[in-house]
Amino acid sequence: MRESLIAILESWGVNSAAGQVEFLTDPGTMLFAVWETVYVPLAATVFAYLIGLPLGILLVTGEQGGIRPMPKMLMNILNVAVNLLRSIPFLILMVVVMPLSRLILGTSVGTAATIVPLTVAAAPYVARLVEISLREMDRGVIEAAQSMGCSPWQIVTKVMLPECRPSLINGATNAAITILGYGAMSGAIGGGGLGSISLMRGHGRSQYVVLYVAVIILVILVQIIQSIGTALSVKSDRRINQTESKRRK
Amino acid sequence: MSQSIIQVQHLRKTFGDGSDAVHALEDINLEIRQGEIFGIIGLSGAGKSTLVRCMNLLERPTSGAVIVDGQNMTELSEKALRLARRKITMIFQSFNLLMQRTCLKNVCFPMEISGVSPAQAKRRAAELLELVGLADKADTYPAQLSGGQKQRVAIARALATDPKVLLCDEATSALDPTTTASILGLLKDLNQKLGVTVVVITHQMSVIEDICTRVAILDGGVVAEQGNVEEIFSNPSTDAARRLVYPGGVTTAQYPSSGRTVRVAFNGGTAYQPLIASLAIDCGVKVNILGADTRNIDGKAFGTMLLGLPEDPNEAAKALSYIRAQKNISVEEVQDSHA
Repeated sequence: MRESLIAILESWGVNSAAGQVEFLTDPGTMLFAVWETVYVPLAATVFAYLIGLPLGILLVTGEQGGIRPMPKMLMNILNVAVNLLRSIPFLILMVVVMPLSRLILGTSVGTAATIVPLTVAAAPYVARLVEISLREMDRGVIEAAQSMGCSPWQIVTKVMLPECRPSLINGATNAAITILGYGAMSGAIGGGGLGSISLMRGHGRSQYVVLYVAVIILVILVQIIQSIGTALSVKSDRRINQTESKRRK
Repeated sequence: MSQSIIQVQHLRKTFGDGSDAVHALEDINLEIRQGEIFGIIGLSGAGKSTLVRCMNLLERPTSGAVIVDGQNMTELSEKALRLARRKITMIFQSFNLLMQRTCLKNVCFPMEISGVSPAQAKRRAAELLELVGLADKADTYPAQLSGGQKQRVAIARALATDPKVLLCDEATSALDPTTTASILGLLKDLNQKLGVTVVVITHQMSVIEDICTRVAILDGGVVAEQGNVEEIFSNPSTDAARRLVYPGGVTTAQYPSSGRTVRVAFNGGTAYQPLIASLAIDCGVKVNILGADTRNIDGKAFGTMLLGLPEDPNEAAKALSYIRAQKNISVEEVQDSHA
């Protein structure tokens, strides 16, 4: 089977067919690449939310007319900082953040080290996603909570976050997929994963079979993440009744 | 007379400043008595919603005082204000329920934030849902309820902290007439059963008619008139009040008459139709009904009627004195073409 596959590929004029097939069919290599492709972005997403979620909440609650207005100066600084970080291309950010990675992890290269720049790049993005979700919140419901004597903290934890849960889940899905996309670039600083394989082996050594297989697996991974995210979001949304959610699926 | 529960004194609210300033409320003085159903009516933009939001300090008044149950709300700290708000709760036109919580959990919510134990909150919430007639909807989510049911849940939620005052901001404006009637009936019922003071904000005169004992008419940010509903209905003395009581605007200009014209106001007690008939039978005088806007409140006639008197001065005088002799009816001659 393996031999016949190599033969077919060779008959098509594929270079180093045997090497490519060997690489792709080695379960250890590929599984490890898939694992790296998944855990790095997921870890980065979690860290990005640790920073981005409070920041996004602050962007909404702290503005003038928000539930706990902050000094205008502070809000301006926050907004500029978020925009600034978001405007730096990831490839460049990775290099800029190297000293920080060294500080935190003791190294600035390798798979784990890419979690740091991914987190730095994703946190402001997550902050904006959270901000967008929370802005969908019906102003009247917040007013009702205030009229019942809710503190700002209670409004955030008991009204805004639970009421926006479906939208926040959608945002998190979006963030995870975007970070997965950024992660493909991490091959540039010695990170592993399918993105790195596509770049280094596929493009660098013209092993196009490897390239396409890696890309196809990436596409499938994104599909899986999106499906899980959408399903969780729809399932958690009580505004949609049972019959309607069945129709959606 | 029962004591006052809300006093609004020299209340002003201005939005913006300088030349852009909008004076939403100017020198408002109101007194709402314990246990009554008080109506605040006005057209869109009159400042009703701002006024009611000043009562629980959702809007901070620019100047003036709001005293609720002896406490000057404007002087409270943030924390004290949050505690005070548990005694003056609110329902809204758009219900503002938490859509991701069941009805029961919605009613639990105010108790949850005020530190009532979950078990106790649940028990009380079930009682309240029963009270508003939705015991069977405890585990249903608001999205599955009709507008009227949502408002009932909102009412149950507003009652969870045993408030002294229930503010209703256009609570029935998004509902159809039948549902409106049932919600108003519920409010009246709760007012009687629990003794909770109800403040109703509305632009619909019919809402005031149905449940309010006293009313304030808000026009352009000032109180144009306030008093008993019956008095205001029978004899609206300001333009703002007349506009609301007679949206159609019964004026002589619309009904020109060759003779003298009188405005007859029915103040309740007498049915209006027999008046015209008995005038013809008893005095032999035939009058012309030029226009009428009358309504039936609790089986009593309220409203005004414009009558064209006969051209013969004697007959006209006879008719006038006959009408003047009736109980609960007042007459004024209309000279100019405008009311």
